[in-house]
Amino acid sequence: MIKVKSLCKVFGAKIAVNNVSFSVERGEVLGFLGPNGAGKSTTMRMITGYYPPTSGSVEVGGFDILENPIEAKRLIGYLPENAPGYADMTVHGFLSFAAELRGLHGDARKRAIHGAVEMCFLENVLFQSIDTLSKGYKHRTCLAQSLIHDPEVLIMDEPTDGLDPNQKHEVRNLIRRMSPNKAIIFSTHILEEVEETCSRAIIIDRGTIVANGTPAELKARSEWAGAVYLQLSAIGSAPVLESLGQLSGVIRTELLSEANGRLEVRAIPDKKNPNVNLTRAIYELSSQQHWQLDQIHTEVGRLDEVFRSITLPDTVKAH
Amino acid sequence: MNAWNNIKAIMKRELGGYFTSPIAYVFLIIFLLLTGFFTFTIGNFFERGEASLVSFFTWHPWLYLFLVPAVGMRLWSEERRLGTMELLLTMPLTTWQAIVGKFLASWLFLALALALTFPVWITVNIMGAPDNGIILAGYVGSLFLAGAYLAISCMTSALTRNQVISFILSVVICLFLILAGYTPVTDLLMRISNPVVVDVIASFSVMTHFEGFQRGVIDLRDFVFFTSVIGFALFTTGVIIRSQRAG
Ligand SMILES: Nc1ncnc2c1ncn2[C@@H]1O[C@H](COP(=O)(O)OP(=O)(O)OP(=O)(O)O)[C@@H](O)[C@H]1O
Ligand SMILES: [Mg+2]
Repeated sequence: MIKVKSLCKVFGAKIAVNNVSFSVERGEVLGFLGPNGAGKSTTMRMITGYYPPTSGSVEVGGFDILENPIEAKRLIGYLPENAPGYADMTVHGFLSFAAELRGLHGDARKRAIHGAVEMCFLENVLFQSIDTLSKGYKHRTCLAQSLIHDPEVLIMDEPTDGLDPNQKHEVRNLIRRMSPNKAIIFSTHILEEVEETCSRAIIIDRGTIVANGTPAELKARSEWAGAVYLQLSAIGSAPVLESLGQLSGVIRTELLSEANGRLEVRAIPDKKNPNVNLTRAIYELSSQQHWQLDQIHTEVGRLDEVFRSITLPDTVKAH
Repeated sequence: MNAWNNIKAIMKRELGGYFTSPIAYVFLIIFLLLTGFFTFTIGNFFERGEASLVSFFTWHPWLYLFLVPAVGMRLWSEERRLGTMELLLTMPLTTWQAIVGKFLASWLFLALALALTFPVWITVNIMGAPDNGIILAGYVGSLFLAGAYLAISCMTSALTRNQVISFILSVVICLFLILAGYTPVTDLLMRISNPVVVDVIASFSVMTHFEGFQRGVIDLRDFVFFTSVIGFALFTTGVIIRSQRAG
């Protein structure tokens, strides 16, 4: 549904988006991650036809956004960053205006407005003017606008920004519910959101894609992915760390805590020389050595750690 | 058909925007008070002892100089300030339709203001027997004059998110369009350059082209002048909006 090829955007001397390519099919939910100023919003603005790309192309549903902008835009529902809205309009007036521009009239329009209002829980504020809404309601109003024509392509710039935890949860549910027959892209700074709703995630840093994969694949890039956590009793840390460190497939060990004869350690796997059954090897080691093992488990990677390790060094270098 | 529906939707929203805020009512009252003031006191309407609206229309270029930019200044700057421009321009409509819709809505509003001056017309008809053809021509000319100023305000409002700057810029441009053909200025120019140059400069002035309408002469060239000012200013608005997004 969405095909982005070698997209670049330059503002004066600043390269905001640099050679970004990806595609999203129907049924996919793509999460867009990246530090502030990475170029997420700029990329979305190019996909929705707001900014013309400096170079590269965007195709939505087979229509090039520059050559057939109207046809492409018809397929898209867009929630811009900061959820803008006309201050002097009521929520109902605003949605009605959006529906009209989407070519909905008469009964179809009424139904569309009703549906969007229900999905975004706006019944209570329907006739309130937008400039008197709270931030979250304003956000939901703009979200309703993006859903009003049941678009095939949904592009949302930080859809859960400013929402309360219940509403965040509702929006995630909404995204999951809609995902089977839409192509969805959304950006976020909340990493759990990506794990929960996305079929794929892209991390973008200073305009370039630095990672692209399923949330599980990304997590596997974490240094901790596959690390083995152990909790032991009645033993000192030195012999444990030493024998763990000598095990093949372990690159280094970490002492997490040592108190009251209780020990927590973590063995970090060597990615270059992996041991497929590291956990079992460590378990066997512990029974050989007659360690008193209280807990053992394999850790999955953490997305925030991957995010930081991918984007942090660059940010530090830049300053 | 589709284009017209889009334009209509934009117009409806824009007009609704005028009337849900007090702006519209304040504007209408000020406009009517000022036209009355200029016509009846400064314009010596009664002392002239003739049944015509000359003293009414003469002041329109000056009156509009401040009132029309006040109506037009928010057209695009407000969209930029609120960020709704991003929403509007990612809807399935062309920038053209948005520009034309906004322009027509404000023009219609100005037409309403102008129409509300009908008591002046009634007064002059009660007091004497004016040539209503001339008066109609005057109204048509006045409407086009307002349209030209409005298109210029539309253009300046696309330049900035600040309504005050947008207002000042369009007043300056409109003032230039007045002065280029304002008799005291042309007299002055006549003394320092030759008549051909002065004529060329004056032909860019709204004064020169509004004059015919006031006398009841409907000249195609005057129409062409006002429509090309409108066309040019709206076209430039489109160029400005496009170039801002190009980065
Ligand atoms: N209209 C513009 N003119 C000049 N520079 C711009 C413009 N829009 C964006 N930029 C620059 O482009 C870069 C990318 O901005 P963008 O808004 O896409 O970041 P982002 O990833 O959405 O960040 P955030 O997480 O803060 O929303 C930034 O350095 C920003 O300053
Ligand atoms: Mg952003």
